[in-house]
Amino acid sequence: MPSQGASTSGVNNGTSTRKDSKRPKSSAFTQQELPACKPLLTPKWVITIFMLIGVVFIPIGVAALFASRNVVEIIDEYQTVCVPGRYTTNGEREQFIQDVNQDKHCNRTLTVSKLMKGPVYVYYQLDNFYQNHRRYVKSRSDKQLLDGNATDTSACKPEQYLSGDLAIVPCGLIAWSLFNDTYNISADGQQVTINKKGISWKSDREHKFGNVRPQYFPNNLPRDLNGSLIGGASLDPNTTVSKPFIVILLNEDEDLIVWMRTAALPTFRKLYGKIEQDLAAGSTLSITINNVYNTYSFGGKKKLVLSTTSWLGGKNDFLGVAYITVGSLCVFLALLFFLVHWRYPRRLGDTKYLSWNQHASAN
Amino acid sequence: MGLDQRQKHDKRKRTKIRLSKLYSYACVRPSFDVAESPADVGGPGFSRVVFCNQAERHRTKPFKYQSNYVSTTKYNIVTFLPKALYEQFRRLANMYFLFTAALSLTPLAPFSAPSVILPLAFVVGVSIIKEAIEDWRRFLQDKNVNNRKVKVHAGNGEFLDVEWQNVRVGDVVQVQKDEFFPADLLMLSSSYPDGVCYVETMNLDGETNLKLKKTLEATLELDGDDEFKGFTGTIRCEDPNPNLYSFIGNLEYDGSVLPIGPQQILLRDSKLRNTQYIYGVVIFSGHETKVMQNAMDPPSKRSRIERKMDSIICFLFIILVILSLVGGIAFGIRTKVDMPSWWYLRPDDTSNYYNPDKASLSAFYQLITGFILYGYLIPISLYITLEVVKLMQARLINQDILMYNEETDIPAHARTSNLNEELGQVDTILSDKTGTLTCNQMDFVKSSIGGVSYGVGITEVERATANRMKKHNKELNDMALNSADQAADGEGIEMIERPHVKGFNFSDSRLMDGKWALEEKAEVIQMFMRILAVCQTVIPEENDEGRISYEAESPDEGAFVVAAREFGFEFFKRTQTSVYIRESDSLGRKIEREYKILNLLEFNSTRKRMSVVVRDQDGRIYLFCKGADSVIFERLSKVGKEFEEATKLHLANYGDAGLRTLALAYREVNEADYEKWNDLFMKAKTTIASDRDSMLDQTSDMIERELILVGATAVEDKLQKGVPECIDKLALAGIKIWVLTGDKVETAINIGFACSLLRQDMKQIIVSLDLPAIKSAEELHDKSTVMKVSKEAVKKQLISGQQQVAVDGGIDTVFALIIDGKSLVYALEEDMKELLLQLATKCAAVLCCRVSPKQKAMVTRLVKEGTGKTTLAIGDGANDVGMIQEADIGIGISGVEGMQAVMASDFSIGQFRFLERLLVVHGHWCYKRIATMICYFFYKNIVFGFTLFYYQAYTTYSGQTLYNDWFLSLFNTLFSSLPVAAYGMFEQDVPARVCLEFPSIYQQGVQNMFFKWDRILAWMGNGLIGSVLCFFMVLGVFGQGAYRHDGQVSELQVLGATMYTTVVWVVNVQLAIATSYFTFIQHLFIWGSVALWYIFIIVFGFMSPSVSTTAYRVFTEALAPSPRFWIAVLLVTVASMAPYFTFIVFQRRLAPKDHHILQELMYLNKHATDTEMWFMERKKAVEKAAFGFTARVDARVREIRKRMHGNAYNHQNIGNGGV
Repeated sequence: MPSQGASTSGVNNGTSTRKDSKRPKSSAFTQQELPACKPLLTPKWVITIFMLIGVVFIPIGVAALFASRNVVEIIDEYQTVCVPGRYTTNGEREQFIQDVNQDKHCNRTLTVSKLMKGPVYVYYQLDNFYQNHRRYVKSRSDKQLLDGNATDTSACKPEQYLSGDLAIVPCGLIAWSLFNDTYNISADGQQVTINKKGISWKSDREHKFGNVRPQYFPNNLPRDLNGSLIGGASLDPNTTVSKPFIVILLNEDEDLIVWMRTAALPTFRKLYGKIEQDLAAGSTLSITINNVYNTYSFGGKKKLVLSTTSWLGGKNDFLGVAYITVGSLCVFLALLFFLVHWRYPRRLGDTKYLSWNQHASAN
Repeated sequence: MGLDQRQKHDKRKRTKIRLSKLYSYACVRPSFDVAESPADVGGPGFSRVVFCNQAERHRTKPFKYQSNYVSTTKYNIVTFLPKALYEQFRRLANMYFLFTAALSLTPLAPFSAPSVILPLAFVVGVSIIKEAIEDWRRFLQDKNVNNRKVKVHAGNGEFLDVEWQNVRVGDVVQVQKDEFFPADLLMLSSSYPDGVCYVETMNLDGETNLKLKKTLEATLELDGDDEFKGFTGTIRCEDPNPNLYSFIGNLEYDGSVLPIGPQQILLRDSKLRNTQYIYGVVIFSGHETKVMQNAMDPPSKRSRIERKMDSIICFLFIILVILSLVGGIAFGIRTKVDMPSWWYLRPDDTSNYYNPDKASLSAFYQLITGFILYGYLIPISLYITLEVVKLMQARLINQDILMYNEETDIPAHARTSNLNEELGQVDTILSDKTGTLTCNQMDFVKSSIGGVSYGVGITEVERATANRMKKHNKELNDMALNSADQAADGEGIEMIERPHVKGFNFSDSRLMDGKWALEEKAEVIQMFMRILAVCQTVIPEENDEGRISYEAESPDEGAFVVAAREFGFEFFKRTQTSVYIRESDSLGRKIEREYKILNLLEFNSTRKRMSVVVRDQDGRIYLFCKGADSVIFERLSKVGKEFEEATKLHLANYGDAGLRTLALAYREVNEADYEKWNDLFMKAKTTIASDRDSMLDQTSDMIERELILVGATAVEDKLQKGVPECIDKLALAGIKIWVLTGDKVETAINIGFACSLLRQDMKQIIVSLDLPAIKSAEELHDKSTVMKVSKEAVKKQLISGQQQVAVDGGIDTVFALIIDGKSLVYALEEDMKELLLQLATKCAAVLCCRVSPKQKAMVTRLVKEGTGKTTLAIGDGANDVGMIQEADIGIGISGVEGMQAVMASDFSIGQFRFLERLLVVHGHWCYKRIATMICYFFYKNIVFGFTLFYYQAYTTYSGQTLYNDWFLSLFNTLFSSLPVAAYGMFEQDVPARVCLEFPSIYQQGVQNMFFKWDRILAWMGNGLIGSVLCFFMVLGVFGQGAYRHDGQVSELQVLGATMYTTVVWVVNVQLAIATSYFTFIQHLFIWGSVALWYIFIIVFGFMSPSVSTTAYRVFTEALAPSPRFWIAVLLVTVASMAPYFTFIVFQRRLAPKDHHILQELMYLNKHATDTEMWFMERKKAVEKAAFGFTARVDARVREIRKRMHGNAYNHQNIGNGGV
């Protein structure tokens, strides 16, 4: 039986053979004898690995759970309460929303149950809203957002041109359907500033959106369009088809930038602003909502969310629970494996398990 | 130079012998068989006209025939692209991807067109390049053949070297000894004055015995270069056809029309032997030659695994269609029902793709989008990765130094790389004999003279058996083995080292160096030697150093003459009438003796003996006879039986050792008797009648009586190096071996013994048509009766064989089936096939004798299709080409000569013994590698593809992908293919030495343990689990809330990049867990792939947003600073591995497979520390081998035990069986 050594020693002999020899070049690589690590799952290793996972995962899970529990979150679902009670169906509510003559401001009062250390993040959460629909996601022109004049904005259809030939900037369904509810918060009668700066990604502001003046945007004015399609109130009552003047440049319009980064799932939160102060426990927040965005036609919920964050972000027990579950499962498997090993010991390399010995005992 | 050669020729001419004198049968045969003059020459099918020595007349039509350029390539420059593309798109998966690529140009595609087309172009491009390289190699090989040189008449009696490809029809060529014929030739003359020559047709029919060809009388005189100055003639003959054994035509020469038969035709790829030179005219050239007409297009073979892979791909394809259907229908419903209320999508103004008013049309479009999107279930890179991996495996096979044959400088060579894994699943090997198992070299090893056995040299089998027995000795300590076994180890008689003489492997100090004279029966020995030296048809040739070499028709005879010479009876000269021997007498003096050859009674298969009648110098007449023992023993006189018993015993032992035996005898004939007999004999010899042969037989028989037995010879048909060991290992690995040989039944049985396929205690079932009933039917020349009787006979024998197996078959009784070619003709018929196969599969060894190349292929097909298992055919000659191409795997032995077998083969090796390593090591590895690799491929694509599908549910199946286009197209190529490729190239479950030591582990491949549906589905299930965990855990971890300290929420880009990261981790770590052999390459590739992903996303993220789109700075800005991202990746990776990991640890713990235990033993270093246990396990780790010397030893041990326990026999017989 040629041992491994023998074949590698053949290398040296090989060099002395004749020149045009077809003798294969012999090396550890070609002879498939490279030094290799052959990890073997011995019971000791198996138990160690399972235990190790348990030992690492459970603390992480506990820490994550703590972090999640420390986050204070206030959620207020307002799409129904912010519409006068006489509108009972979504159809009626939609009509209410689309009536420009109605005042849609609504006041909500919330209590801070626990101290919310600043910054407190203000989100709006939409539900049943398919921002990830392929038609929707594709309906934008990145080039236009960056430098304002794109030759090809066909992806933006049907929000490409206004009245046939006036190029809309920013074009496309995403921009067109921009969320436009607004929130005004005061704590214990004191006006709370909501900082809208820095809620979008820096890279978006700097590299994806340029110093572009919006044109014919926003254009979802109720009087210009068939009433059923209207998104809500005018975003900026001063903008009309005849008066397309500029409000803010695109790269300064952080609400738009946030909105344009489409959500992955039909239920999503988006950052509305930051409250850079603590909200004391027990204080009362009174919030004025300008409830103009139409989610009623498809029955979507709207929620206002105030939340602090931990090192892991917002409130979410899943991470902690998952870590603890996986960790404890591994501990359980370690014990199970140990028990199996202890109850039915199998020596490492026990030859009686070899198929030929099994045949023998079967016979 | 030319002058020198001329002189040499002249010198040789002087020693020429008219062979026709020597051979009483073959050469003087009256030419009645060519008398059936071909009436139809010139008619349809016989239109060929060749103008001899006027090749220029063949430049224009209608006499312009194909050139002698031969090409075996698949493509040429023009056909390459279309043909190669066709080959590529014949594959289902590639076809599908072509379809998607076409669709990706429409707006239906969920992602950009280049991300679909580029990978496909890459995959197809690489495969085509590989094809091109392989064909280029074939082209080079052709070029090599086409550029061989041969001497061609250039006019004025001048012969010039011309390349084969430039030889034209009508050219006169001169072919020298040991050269191949460049085309099909009409032989005009040879160096022998009577115009005969010897031809070796190894490459055509695999027969190694030389065939005699003879020129027409009319052209005899054309035997010098100058004779061709003005030579012209016209040949009219049949058109090119593949029939090797017939030829019809005539030659118009010198004003007369002469019929030409196959006797005068020298075929391309056969070789001139024992003849200095011949002259011939080219009749067929290039692809019109008979051998090329016989060549089949090499079938493209696909391995079992690959074929199964197709059905898996079909299965996935069905899943794909189902998913698309689900997606399409769901999308249609949601578009119809829900979309009108989604004002933000402007449902009032949409394209047809999303139109609530035409929901079914939109659904259909969406179905197609889904069809493209879920294409990630079908691994596009699988084929290409497989090809690359197999090429690498093939390289490793080529470079295995342990499969390199030092003597002939031939390494193993994987000629096609797509069958590597098939090597690990071989169930039956069909092997050629000559050149494959044996060297076709006979060595004189033993002899029994005057009842004493001489010769202590041992054969390979004996050595192997003895070694094995020694190890058994421990167990059989009390059962002392007979001393004969020790003698076999060479301990008994002193052995003297002497230089090896070809054909002579005999050592026994009692006979060598003239010491025979001191033996008790010196005269008997002397007679024995004399018979050896005289009773033969060999031609001696003295070389420059005065040493005699012999040209023998059969290697057996050569061995005898050499033996006689070594014993001091040197045959040195032959004249027309006499044989001259230089004898050393009892005093060691050298005396030259002349023996006048009076008659030579030739060997043939019915007579099974040959004799010479000689007159020695004292005037006494002797008949020397050698022949098969059975034939000789029945012809002994009463006094001649003195040594019969002892000789018989020795013969049995020799036979078991795989030696070819002949008995030698003589008689003295008195003058008067001789004269009487000679008259009869001469009369028979000159008869011109169809029964001349049987008359000769009868008269010969009259004098070959009353013989006196002298002894017997034992010649070893030398096995190739390592053949018994290799066969044993293959037997232990549970592989069955069938030997298909062109040899006689006896020879085949001999070799069967020699390589341990057969042994004494096996029951031989011989199916043969050598029956009296058949013979008598044949004599009536009634073809239909013969066929009917024969078929009945074969059927009867097969059925009785089956009954025998059914009745006698026990644990210890094994059967061997020996069937000859004639019977095979009938046995292979449609209605008998099944019977034959059933019987054959119950037998441990199967020998098919006297089979034609076509039958070899038919038997191979029978086994392949009948058993449904993987077959491997191995052979070295052109006659094996059929079977090599027919078998699932064809292996060619690249010997010294003949490339046909190699060219037709899938793998070529230098010697049979390398088959062991090729199968048991490389085959086993490759099988496991490829099987696991393919399973893993499906796994990883399911993990990836299903995350795409789940996401669709959240986007109303609108076709929006979670990942960036680039992520999608690079997943299969960049981030997950290199590790699995490294796995496929380098994974080893157990090291090579363990594979070899425990050959039964090979059965894992034969039983296909790693590529059964349950295993494939388990891997797919694992993929499903992986995808669910990846998708839903990432979703759960990120939720709707902030995922970072700064309050940012995750959206499409963040979620996509995170999920992609987890998928990359999961599939790579999964592979790491499945790997049991980590070299730096594995580490580099696995961890490198993961690292590459990070590098990619960073670099890609820094590219302009118009390129990177959703991936713009997503990692550096959004993901990396978030602890949640990192611990999410850790969580998902560990959680996704848990099911597989738990499964394998518990499987290993509770139901370990062989390789698990062996790995553990290796890990514990048991092979070094507990050698005894290691050895015991090795001994047990065998499939129940029915043949091979291990089985032989087992049988012997069984026998001894039986005797010891039964005590029924006396002790003297023990151990006699083997030596």
